[in-house]
Amino acid sequence: MNAQLTKGNEAIVKAAVLAGARGFYGYPITPASEIAEAAALYFPLAGGVFVQAESEVAAINMLYGGAAAGGRCMTASSGPGISLMQEGFSYLAGAELPCVIADIMRGGPGLGNIAPEQGDYNQIVKGGGHGNYRTLVLAPDSVQEMADLTTLAFDLAERYRNPAVVLADGFIGQMMEPVTFADPRPVAAPPEWAVTGTRESRHNLVSSIYLEPDKLEQHVRKLEAKYQEAERRETRVECWRTDDADVVLVGYGIVGRILKAVVEQARRHGMRVGLLRPITLYPFPVEEVRALSRRARAFAVVEMSTGQLRDDVRLALEGRRPVEFYSRVGGNAPSAEEVLAFVEAKFEALRESEVLVHG
Amino acid sequence: MGSFTLTHERPDCFYDRFERKSELQHQTHYCPGCGHGIVHKLLAEAIDGLGVQDRTILVSPVGCSVFGYYYFDVGNVQAAHGRAPAVATALKRSLPDKIVVAYQGDGDLGAIGTAEIVHAANRGEAITVIFVNNGIYGMTGGQMAPTTPLGKKTATTPFGRDALNEGYPLHICELLASLEAPVFLERVGLGNNKQIMGAAKVLRKAMENQVKGLGFSLVEVLSPCPTIWKMDPVEAQRFVREEMAAVFGIGNYRDRTATATPRPARPAPPKLEELPGILGLGNGDRDRLPCGETSAVDYRIRVAGFGGQGVLMLGEVLAEAGLDAGYHVSWLPSYGPEMRSGTSNCHVRLSSRPIDSPLVSQPNVLLALNEPSLHKFLPGVEPGGIVLYNGDAIPEGCGRGDVRMVALPFTRIADQIGVSKAANIVILGALLEATDLVENEQATAALHKLVKSPKWFDIDVQAMERGREEMRKTTMPVSDDYLWGV
Ligand SMILES: Cc1ncc(C[n+]2csc(CCOP(=O)(O)OP(=O)(O)O)c2C)c(N)n1
Ligand code: SF4
Repeated sequence: MNAQLTKGNEAIVKAAVLAGARGFYGYPITPASEIAEAAALYFPLAGGVFVQAESEVAAINMLYGGAAAGGRCMTASSGPGISLMQEGFSYLAGAELPCVIADIMRGGPGLGNIAPEQGDYNQIVKGGGHGNYRTLVLAPDSVQEMADLTTLAFDLAERYRNPAVVLADGFIGQMMEPVTFADPRPVAAPPEWAVTGTRESRHNLVSSIYLEPDKLEQHVRKLEAKYQEAERRETRVECWRTDDADVVLVGYGIVGRILKAVVEQARRHGMRVGLLRPITLYPFPVEEVRALSRRARAFAVVEMSTGQLRDDVRLALEGRRPVEFYSRVGGNAPSAEEVLAFVEAKFEALRESEVLVHG
Repeated sequence: MGSFTLTHERPDCFYDRFERKSELQHQTHYCPGCGHGIVHKLLAEAIDGLGVQDRTILVSPVGCSVFGYYYFDVGNVQAAHGRAPAVATALKRSLPDKIVVAYQGDGDLGAIGTAEIVHAANRGEAITVIFVNNGIYGMTGGQMAPTTPLGKKTATTPFGRDALNEGYPLHICELLASLEAPVFLERVGLGNNKQIMGAAKVLRKAMENQVKGLGFSLVEVLSPCPTIWKMDPVEAQRFVREEMAAVFGIGNYRDRTATATPRPARPAPPKLEELPGILGLGNGDRDRLPCGETSAVDYRIRVAGFGGQGVLMLGEVLAEAGLDAGYHVSWLPSYGPEMRSGTSNCHVRLSSRPIDSPLVSQPNVLLALNEPSLHKFLPGVEPGGIVLYNGDAIPEGCGRGDVRMVALPFTRIADQIGVSKAANIVILGALLEATDLVENEQATAALHKLVKSPKWFDIDVQAMERGREEMRKTTMPVSDDYLWGV
């Protein structure tokens, strides 16, 4: 299959169908609406279900029902809608139901605006719902990754019986790049825990209630152990020119792309700068950050939110190295030029005495 | 309370022993005289009677009946407070030939879950809803329900329910009867044995409707809650019979079972190998050069103009043609309020190397379809870059000596071929003439892919050719002495 010029939001839907998803339950919100629109077209054509719910609250609870029935299903939304879905995230994690949620972030708080931002980091990565749970969070930086990480999200969600989130921003959702899609996968038989209305599955129960404290503690410990396993096995990062880096820039999603341009330009200016781009935000690449701190002298976090990612980098570093910070919010993206100026101002001392001439 | 027990055998779809309960596994967790126990039994008998135990999925609510799964030996899904209709919707859509029952209390269905029940009913979801209306919040200890009768004292209406403060009791059957889709809506009571026997028939009918594949059915059951109303079971039954039934009229509110037709079965799913075609992947594509096998270039293009001038489409044609030509490409639109305020722009990159940032802050090609765009983006253009401006002349004060600027009245040229809307493609032609961005053939193939109507495709091909001609007439050097920022 040739690469297809594809919009980010559409890539999610096509990848989901190819990965065997046959249920989509959504509510429109810019800049995620094209996901619901494409799903409304492709899911029924693929023999699946599309329902436009009456709210995000209903959508996430439909996802709960669809997942309980054992099929691969998903929804998509953005800031305000994701806030409404938090009840459902908690129930899905508590009932150990696998499903995929795409969050195409926009500006907040409140109604904010519909331009790209990364302000949903905390509510997705830290879990905005109640109780001791996590969601598995994948952060694409390209349209190809919108497709690939959607596929991966379904696999991880099933492996860990937990909701998985594809966390992107309005830019990645709206932009077009060539994508090579995976081959279609057949719809798998429902897992044995699913409630499918058959004699064999009759004794199955999907629930998040554990009335007795000891039972609930046991359940929460079981979830905790799953998350620890995910932390050991599922962390993914892209390290870009970090081998000799004095300064490691950290950013995800569209910011990661911008930072690649910054790395190139900074190196032309004689600074050994590299990029660490977390692909999984939960589990967070703690070990990878620490490993780079052995050589790098400083870290600089760049994000389109006011320090939500920076907090995790600091936690990972535990004070080993200083962490500088640059952000744009409100729908503004940092330009490569302004980040470069920031990097140069902050790390002037690290510039090599002889400036390299253009390669 | 002996009069409550109509039959003494345990229905098959009840567990013999309630093992999911932590203690007292031989008795239910309901209070003596609670209506939930009776409704459970009636529902169980309906399931048995219809022989659908193996096919049934019960969605239990949050409320006193949260533990429905202790008792019903059927598939069980426990939902969040008020969300059972949403959960049931997806279960039924995923498993259309299964029997999905949502069981809810009045706080669950009539307060927190009002949106979910109204919309599930309005979509005509082919589920059965058992709505237990005891006029009070049982589980949380006796607060007001949306169905609490006026004047009644509850934990949160210490002076009695006052219409001015709490509004009026909510009549769910009547409310849902204003919708087109529901097939069956009926209110029953558990106020005496006769009512209970009537309720048994109605519950069975609501279940049978689903077995027949008909649409949405709901049974509202006026139900005693002796504990919270602080009554003995007999008094609680009287309360249902006399006071609740006075507020909530017992009877049928919708019965279209005779005329409703079963929902059509979903068409068989396509074969796996048909999926890529369905998704529009890979059909009729030309063979392309693999990325990166072209000469070293890095076009960073900004296209900008009014909404409706085809700005985004022009960008898309460039990206498609670039992909065809073997470049790495990206296309990023501005969207949202900018679009609404009437301007539109996009970032396009065509590069022989993988593209780092798809955002173009320093373009080396600017296509400005109107004057505001020229003002906005010209300062950022890289020295040596190309600027094509849609106008007779570069506006006063807009000149830059270090970039190559061409002003041509692209809209007027497009007018000459009869379609001013094709100005964007006239610009495309001019750009192709001024640079060796992509071959004519690749641009034509991109247009072919993006422009579905043959008429428009012909116009666009003509427009592109006109753009080339006009560009040839200008004095701008078309040499390739400029190295594209590599
Ligand atoms: C989101 C949320 N809000 C509040 C509650 C607390 N709560 C549990 S049950 C209930 C009301 C139960 O009343 P009803 O639905 O009438 O059922 P009953 O117990 O009377 O059968 C409430 C408010 C909850 N569990 N979740
Ligand atoms: S509190 Fe009321 S509704 Fe709840 S179990 Fe007791 S009698 Fe039934």
